[in-house]
This record gives sequence, C-alpha cells and structure tokens, in this order.
Amino acid sequence: MVSVVYEAPDSIDGAISLLANADVPAKVLAGGTDLIIQTNGSADVSRLFVDVKKIAGMLDANLSAEGLDLGPSMSCAEFTAREDIKKVFPGLVEAAYLIGSTQVQGRASIGGNLCNSSPAADTIPALLVNGAQCVIAGPGGERSVAAEDFMTGVGRNCMEKGELLKTIHLPTPAANTSDAYLRFIPRTEMDIAVAGAGVSLTLDDSGTCIAAKVAIGAVAPTALLVSAAADALIGTKLDDDALQAAADAASAASSPISDRRGTAGYRKQIVGVLVKRAAKIAATRAKGN
Amino acid sequence: MSEAQEFKYIGQRTVRPDGFDKVTGRAAYGADLTLPGMIWGKTLRSPHAHAKIRSIDISKAEAHPDVMAVATFKDFVTLQSESIAAGEGSADVLDLAKNCLADDKVLYHGHAIAAIAARTEQAAKDALSLIEVKYELLKPVMDVEDAMKEDAVVLHDDMFTAGYEEKPARASNIATRVEMKMGDVDAGFADADVIVEREFRTPTAHQGYIEPHACTVTYDEDGQSMIWCCTQGHFDVRTSTAKVLGMELSKLKVVASEIGGGFGGKTVIYQEPVALILSKKSGRPVKMVMDRDEVFIATGPTSAAKLKAKVGIKKDGTITAMQGWMAYEAGAFKGSPMMPGVMTMFTPYDCPNVLVEGFDVVVNKSKVAAYRAPGAPQAEYAAEMVINELAEKLGMDPIDLRLKNAAKEGTQTIYGPKLKKVGLVECLEAAKNSPHYQSALPEGQGRGLAAGFWFNVGGQSSVTVNMNTDGTGTIVEGSPDIGGSRASMQMMAAEVLQIEPKHLKPIIADTENLPYSQGTGGSRTTFATGMAVIEASEKVVAQVKERAAAVWNVTAEQVDYADGVVRNTAGEDSMTLAEVCKGAEKTGGQISGSANINARGAGPSFAVHICDVAVDQETGKVDVTRYTAIQDAGKAIHPGYVEGQLQGGAVQGIGWALNEEYIFNEDGVMENPGFLDYRIPLASDLPMIETIIVEVPNAFHPYGVRGVGESGIIPPLGAVGYAVGNAIDRKVEELPCSPPRVLALIQNG
Amino acid sequence: MAKTHVTTSINGEPQEFLCEPGDTLLDVLRNDLNMTGTKEGCGSGDCGACSVTLNGRLVCSCLVLGVEVEGAEVGTIEGVSSGDGLHVIQEKFLEHAALQCGICTPGIIVSTKALLEENPNPTEEEARYYLAGNLCRCTGYDKIIRAVMDSAETLRGGA
Repeated sequence: MVSVVYEAPDSIDGAISLLANADVPAKVLAGGTDLIIQTNGSADVSRLFVDVKKIAGMLDANLSAEGLDLGPSMSCAEFTAREDIKKVFPGLVEAAYLIGSTQVQGRASIGGNLCNSSPAADTIPALLVNGAQCVIAGPGGERSVAAEDFMTGVGRNCMEKGELLKTIHLPTPAANTSDAYLRFIPRTEMDIAVAGAGVSLTLDDSGTCIAAKVAIGAVAPTALLVSAAADALIGTKLDDDALQAAADAASAASSPISDRRGTAGYRKQIVGVLVKRAAKIAATRAKGN
Repeated sequence: MSEAQEFKYIGQRTVRPDGFDKVTGRAAYGADLTLPGMIWGKTLRSPHAHAKIRSIDISKAEAHPDVMAVATFKDFVTLQSESIAAGEGSADVLDLAKNCLADDKVLYHGHAIAAIAARTEQAAKDALSLIEVKYELLKPVMDVEDAMKEDAVVLHDDMFTAGYEEKPARASNIATRVEMKMGDVDAGFADADVIVEREFRTPTAHQGYIEPHACTVTYDEDGQSMIWCCTQGHFDVRTSTAKVLGMELSKLKVVASEIGGGFGGKTVIYQEPVALILSKKSGRPVKMVMDRDEVFIATGPTSAAKLKAKVGIKKDGTITAMQGWMAYEAGAFKGSPMMPGVMTMFTPYDCPNVLVEGFDVVVNKSKVAAYRAPGAPQAEYAAEMVINELAEKLGMDPIDLRLKNAAKEGTQTIYGPKLKKVGLVECLEAAKNSPHYQSALPEGQGRGLAAGFWFNVGGQSSVTVNMNTDGTGTIVEGSPDIGGSRASMQMMAAEVLQIEPKHLKPIIADTENLPYSQGTGGSRTTFATGMAVIEASEKVVAQVKERAAAVWNVTAEQVDYADGVVRNTAGEDSMTLAEVCKGAEKTGGQISGSANINARGAGPSFAVHICDVAVDQETGKVDVTRYTAIQDAGKAIHPGYVEGQLQGGAVQGIGWALNEEYIFNEDGVMENPGFLDYRIPLASDLPMIETIIVEVPNAFHPYGVRGVGESGIIPPLGAVGYAVGNAIDRKVEELPCSPPRVLALIQNG
Repeated sequence: MAKTHVTTSINGEPQEFLCEPGDTLLDVLRNDLNMTGTKEGCGSGDCGACSVTLNGRLVCSCLVLGVEVEGAEVGTIEGVSSGDGLHVIQEKFLEHAALQCGICTPGIIVSTKALLEENPNPTEEEARYYLAGNLCRCTGYDKIIRAVMDSAETLRGGA
C-alpha cells in the first residue's frame, strides 16, 4: 500500500537528520519530475519525501571569479534565464534547456538531473566537460566529488544514506574556452536523449585547440569523459580530420544498449556525429570569447 | 442539389456554441463527473501476451476492508456468439465481453482480467495485487507473417478461415480471406510497358486521443442504470453493454459526456459493463478512468499491415492493371479493417483490371479499433508509393499521371457501384495550381505527393428541433460532438429557419431523449445528422407556415417564409418567427420538428497532399518543411472546422509516417506505452499545414455536404514516405521513417 | 494515515484542503476541490493537459504534490477569464477554431498565458517550442499557433 511521509526542513542539518534516520526509503524531493512518476508507478510504496526547496541556498546560483556555485534545486527555467551564466557556460545552459517541456523546466533542476543519475541525463555531460565538483553534505560533514565520479551506474550514484547534494561548483573556465551540448532525439522536443555529447574547448590565438574535454551520454551505463576524443582535438585547428577522429574515438568509447529509443549500432554512430557537431559549436563560441 | 447555392449562414466562421465551456474548463468530459457516494474502479491486466488462465483467486481482495466489489468474466451473463453493431462495423458480442474481461485465456499484454472497486482510486489500484492469477504461458504470436505460418501457435482453436468455399480442416489465425476483382489483371500486365511491384509494411499505431477512456456509472436497486462516458456513440455503448449484461435497453441510460478525442477509438466498450457490475455489487456509483499506459496497451490501435502492390502502365501513362495483397493484424479477436483496405486501395484510379486479396489475421496484441478511415491509409500507402515510382520511371509529373487515370463520375469501383460525381480531378488540379506545388523544391529536400479516397457513410440519425416561445430553439441531436459539429448543426438549422445561428442551441441528448442514432464516425455527422437537422427544421418551417395560415385564414401554400418572417402572399400580413412561436399556445400547441432518418448517398471525399521534407543525412532525422492538404468537402458548412479536419488528419498521418509505432519485446510486452516514447507530433515538429478546400457538391445532401473527417489521414503516409525517399534517393517500403530506419536506408541502400 | 492540512491560494482566492502526502496537485484540484477544468491526459508530465502555474511558473500539476503548494500561488484555467468576460486568448481560440475536442484546450490556454506574460512578442518558432509540452491530437497545431500569435498581437496592441 502507498504510504508517503512528506517533510520540508529549512536547514541542511534538518534534511540530513531526516534522511539519516529514516526507517523507510528516503528520497530528496526537488522538482519531482522523476520522483513523482517513479512513485506513482509503484503499487507498494513506503517513502519519506524530503523537500529541500525551503533550505536556503538550494534554489540560488552565484557566479563569481571562482566560478559558479549552483544550488542543486534551482529550476531549469530559472537557470536558463540567467544571461550571466549563459555567457560563461552556454553548453550547460543549453543542456538544462533541453530537459523536458516548459512545464517540466518549471520544476526540474540540474541537481535533480544529476541525482536521478540516468545515463541519458542531459546536464551530466555538460557538467563533466566543465570539471564540475559535487559538494555533498552528510552526517559526517561535507565532501567534494568530481562529477565524473558521482554516477556509479544506471540510476546509481556515490551518495550514502543521510547524504544530500548541497552545491554544484563549476570552476571559471580558462580564457578562450567555451562549451556546447547536443543531444539526438527523434522529435524536436519532449524525448529522452538517444545519445548526447558535451564538448569544452580552449583555443589559442591562432585557433589551435590547446585543451579539450569531451563527454558522451546515453551510450553507456553512465555519462563518460572520453579522453581519446579530447586528445584527437588537442593540437589541431579542428579541421575535418580532427573532428572525425574525435567522433570515431567517442563512438569507440561508447557501449550503448538497444532499447525503445534506439539500437546500439545507431547510438554508436550518432554519438560520434554529435561530438563532431558540438565541437564545432564550442569552437565558434571559444573564438568569440 | 447540384449547382452552387447562395447561403445566408452556411460557410461563415461562427463561434461554436460549446466553445465558451471548452475554453474556460467548464465542459464536463468522461472523467469529470463525480456522484455522491461514488467509489473508484481499477482493472487488473495481464502482464503476459499469451497465456491460459488456470485460476483467478479473488478471495484476498474481497476480504480487504478497502475493497467494495470485485468483478471477473464470470459476472457476465452466459453469452452466445452473435454479431451486433459496434464501432464502425460489427463485432461478436462474445468477443466484446472477453475483451472487457478475459475468460479462460489472456490474448495480449494488458488484457483485462478482473476489476476492483474501492473507496479511492489508489486503494483500488493497491488492492489489485491481492488478486492471484495462475497462468500457463503460451508462445506469443506478434505479427502477421508468424501468425499466418502453417505451424503457427493458434490463438483461438475454434477459428477457421472464412472466405474459402470449403471450411478448412484446421483452425488458423487467419479469420477471413477476401478477394475482389474486375477485368483481367494478367492481360492488363501483358499490355503494360512498365510494371512496378513492391512490398510494404506499416506499424501498429494508436489513435492517441489525449483523454483516456473514462466512465461513471450507477446501478440502482430497481435495475435502472446509467452510464456517463466519453464515447463517439452512446447508443452503441448502450447496445453492447446491455447485451453483455443481459439488460433491457429501457433499463440502461447512456449519457455522452464531452469527448476528448476518439478518431474511431472510442466506439467500443471496455470499462463500461465492468463498472456496472462493480456498481451493482457495491451498491455505489463507480468511476473508472484508464491510466495512459492502459490506453496504449488495451485500447485502440489500428492494424499493422504487410502489403504488396503491383501496377502496370503504358508509356503514355495509361494504367493497365493493378494488383494488391494485404494482411492486416486484427489484434486478439477477428475484425481488422482489411475489407475497407481491399475496397479503397486502388479506387482513386480508373482501371479496368484490378485484383486485390486480403487477410484478416489475429495476433497477440490488443484488439484493433477503428482509426480514421480504418484500413485505407495502409492500403493506399502501398498503392500511392508505386504510382509515384511509375511516374518517376516514365519521367511524368505525378499529378499528370494521376489526372490521366483519375477516378471520376462513372468509374467502376472494385466493390460494386460506379462512382457518382466526385472531386478527385478538381483536387488534383487544385494541387497542381497550389502555391506549394508551383514553388521549387529547396535544395537537398524531397517532395512527395499522394491521393486518398474514403467512402464516407450515412446511416441513422435522429434529431428534434424544439422551438421556444421567444422564437429561439434547441437542436436535440444524438451525435457526440468531437470536433465542432454542434457549430455546423446550428448553421444548417439557421439556414433553414432563416434566423441567426446563435439563437439555436444544439445539445447532445442521452439515449432516453431520442431514438437510436449511430455514433460519430465514418465522417457521417455533418452529412447524415446534418440532413436530419435540415429535415427537422423544414418541419418547423412547415408548421410555422400552417399556424400563420390558420391565423390569416389562408392555405399554407399561400404563406411565404423568408428571413425569419412569414408573409401572407394573399394579403399584407406578416409575422416574425418569434411571434408565431409566442402564439403557438393558441394555434395548436408548441412547435417542433423531428426527423429520424437513415441517410443514403454519402459522397466520397478525395484528398491530395503535398509534402516537402529535409533529411539529416548523418542521423536520418526527417523534418517536414512544408505541407499542403487539399480535399473535397462538397460544401464546407464551417470552413474553419473543415480546415481543422484536413490539418488534424494530415498531422496524424505525418506522425504515423515518421515516428509512431508500438515497440514490443520478445515476450510480446509493449515497451512504449506512454506519450514519452509513443511519439506523436508536437507543435515544434511541424510547419503550418496549408489547406485548400475543394467544393464539388454531393447531390444527395441538400447543401452538398461530403464528410471530411477521415480522408485526410490517408495521403500523408505516401506523401511523407515518398518525400523521404526522394530526399535520400532510396525507396521507402517500411514505415515509420524513424531516424534509425532512414539512416540505415541511406547507408545500406 | 493522517492527511496533511494545506493552506494555499488558488486563482487569487485563499484555499485550504486536506490531502494525502502522496497526492498530486492534479488529484487535489480535480477530486478534492472539484476544479475539473484542469485535465489529466497522462499523469507523467508528457502531455501538458494538466498545466497550471505555481508561483507564476508554468508546471504540470501531475508532477507537483498537493502538500508542496503550502503558502504558494496556484493559477488554473478557472482563473483565466474574469467575471466580465473571456480573456483575449480564450476569445482568439474560439475565433480561430483552434480547438476541436477541447480536452487539451485548458492546458494550452494556461500555457499560452504564461508564454505571453514571459514573452509578449514571440516568434512562431518560439511559440511552437514553448508549447511543445502541450499535446494536441486533433488540430495539427496550425490554428492553435495562429490563435497564439493573434492573441500576442492583440495583447501588445492593448497594452
């Protein structure tokens, strides 16, 4: 039988205490766009929902010289409206914009996207290429985990019982750096990514790529940083051969499954195409910076 | 009527009379009725595609304090096989009952097995897990090819293929085989200079209405019962439900709520008789609303099909022979729309030599329901793809090729009659002159064009027009309004009564307030119910004339009626309609007119669509860049809602052609039962849908009306399919043109 | 299981209700408050028929818990028209025949109002993407988009 308990603490400590002491599965409720569907789908549910939106800082985003400190529950709608953030992290903003409909954006958050830990989450590749750090608060204090180590499997992550994602920190990118995120879906909106690719590039004055990160999504149990794809771009002027080499490296690194959203073979090809296209966009943006 | 008429109200873009309620949220749909003491019903559904039911144990569920009633197949009356009117055709009452609740076998993933009523929806849902069902699993049969094999697992061991002279020796999954022919196709192909023959496949696709099936019912102690539900035909809900429950029709009232889309899918019963059983057992009103996944797994869809088309043509473009073959999935019980597929496949063409063979095949999927021109889109898709390929091979414009062979008045159809006056040539000419066709195809894109034919139906409609003492009136009709038909009824009555439409209020009466009326389907409402509205309104005018004549002491023939005023042609007297109605008390009682008709002479509606697409050569993704729908409406009563039918049909067809399909795993379980992964078109997927209404009047309707609801879904499959092939220089044989399939075509040829 | 008491504001009027913590705002509106103008098409945020505003932000009410609206401002279709007549958007939907069956219409009107408050002068493409989460199966969207664009123009003219 369904039995849900709802709590809305106003402090991190209050949330940790609730999460740590729960005798039924405890879930953090942010936007609820995944959690409420998952709960409705089950016939036999005992749950503690800990709504974290009343905790100071969970809905804020601060951009400073050190980078971006993002409250994990800020809605995508609010996040994507932040022109200051868009200038620095256009790829992350476009990834957040791609999550669901306008209605879903009104509730869904980047922290929720991360903690739901779907392999197809749009913002995770964009977080990976920006070197995001996840600040996790728990009964034993705070710890910081690199975004690429956060997800541990399909729907699984490194958070222990009693822990809560407190902040997502993105360091300020180097000069002449920019990012881009692209995903492939069958329609123009409303679908879950068949494949996704985030790219961050740093160019020197001659237009040569001097640093790169490439991340792919929906083609492995977790989003992946593909260093071979980044290496294929570094030291080049992002000519067609370099882009193709990066695409091939991304395809090779992927290990997709076949499901209702696409076949493994299709996903493997498409992720390469996305890497190529995202790299071009990121390069154009980096030149503009 | 034949020539163009002058109209006072017909052809205007009035505001629909039910519009205010629908834009404010006040309109009450299937799930919107709550009754005092009402409880909720939920359905236990099969997780397996094919299994024998060894036992159903409901004792734990019945013992649970929240549970107020449990229903299983045993609660239906003992039924004999019998064909009754249902949906847009007929159905076996035993199949209907077994589809509402499984008897000894489950035949598809989602097949209803039992239902529970409890105080809340959640409690009912929770209690479903208390019902224990033991299954003996059988191998699922998931497509026509497997189902038609000699050694196929058979779904129904009492089903023997109909349509052969001798009853086959063995039971089979082929319910029916049909062959229709005229002329000599072998001779025709021998005369041809070019022959194209191809094989096609179309997927299982759902009507995709946004409103899930819903009903609220009461079963009273004296046996009087009421069903409130969203349906295209509440009289047919009454017939079917009364039959499976063994009730007299007079004991069952069915009220049609507002209906949130149907497209043919809301013409059969699912939950209604089950809810009544739960109400009878619990003594409470019961509401049942399907979840979205239930809608996908257990209602609708239309047939997946395998088809072959072969057409022969002379170098000058004359078609010499046409041959078709098709196998349609019926789902779990016989009755796919294969027959209309056979009948419509080549009807847009005037060709003396035609042969079409069709098979109705059961598989372990939910029983198909009508879907907009049922059966025609699949068959005509195959035909239109081959016609386009022939035009390409001959280097002939595809419209010119069609004009050369177009069906017209006097063309012999394969199914019997010769066509009366139809508008295909006019539609083709309009297409040729359209801004779209006249514009060059943008670089790199593909263009496709296809025609479509649908018969349309007439049938029984009952209407009463009741006049009020102030000269306003109520139009009492029995056709649920799914897309604005109240507006056209209002305008047709206004045209006869010569008063402004806003003074006439159309209502959809329940089954106790009118004689039987067929459901809204077959593009029949504006034609047939409209005809009854006109006849009933004419009776009102006749009475108005008689009353005035009596007052003036002249004969009715000496009285004229125009612009809402009666005039004495033998004198100076005149009265307004309102004055006659006001005085009705003294001239013989209140004024009303009724017409209970069986309308004949539905005029076919032809459609021609043009589609441009851009294809991403690296991903296979298709973008519809421009689309034009042209269709013969006979006479557009409300052009806004006629355009809406053309646009809506076109976009459903685009969805079917591009991304919509049921995906099953190897156990026959549907993997995409939701709008997330059953991908219907979005606002952002589409351009504006340009429309051209062609008006070739139907001589059998007083105002020339032809139904327009269905033909529009036929051409998109061929128009989109051919456009995609054109853009990637490949032949598209299988729908939908989903990105992986298109990319595979690009890469593998 | 004890129900939770929630105090909120719906369409500017104070409202109190009791609900189970697992009940969605959509359940509360439809089943407890009898505000059935908000429709359920999917229950999973994929169709937009249940669109409402929550503190001015467009959301699917099937993806909000009833308990979450404590102290919030909720806007539903019932609050779009004022006592003295229809909202311009509602009038334009009728004028353009932008609805057929009408089940998606309340959600689309609520969404359109939110769109035009955020962006009074959307391009056709912006309108189409903003409304991508509102499924309509009847119209093919053509007349809906025309009604939205005409509403925008009229509202701008009237401002």
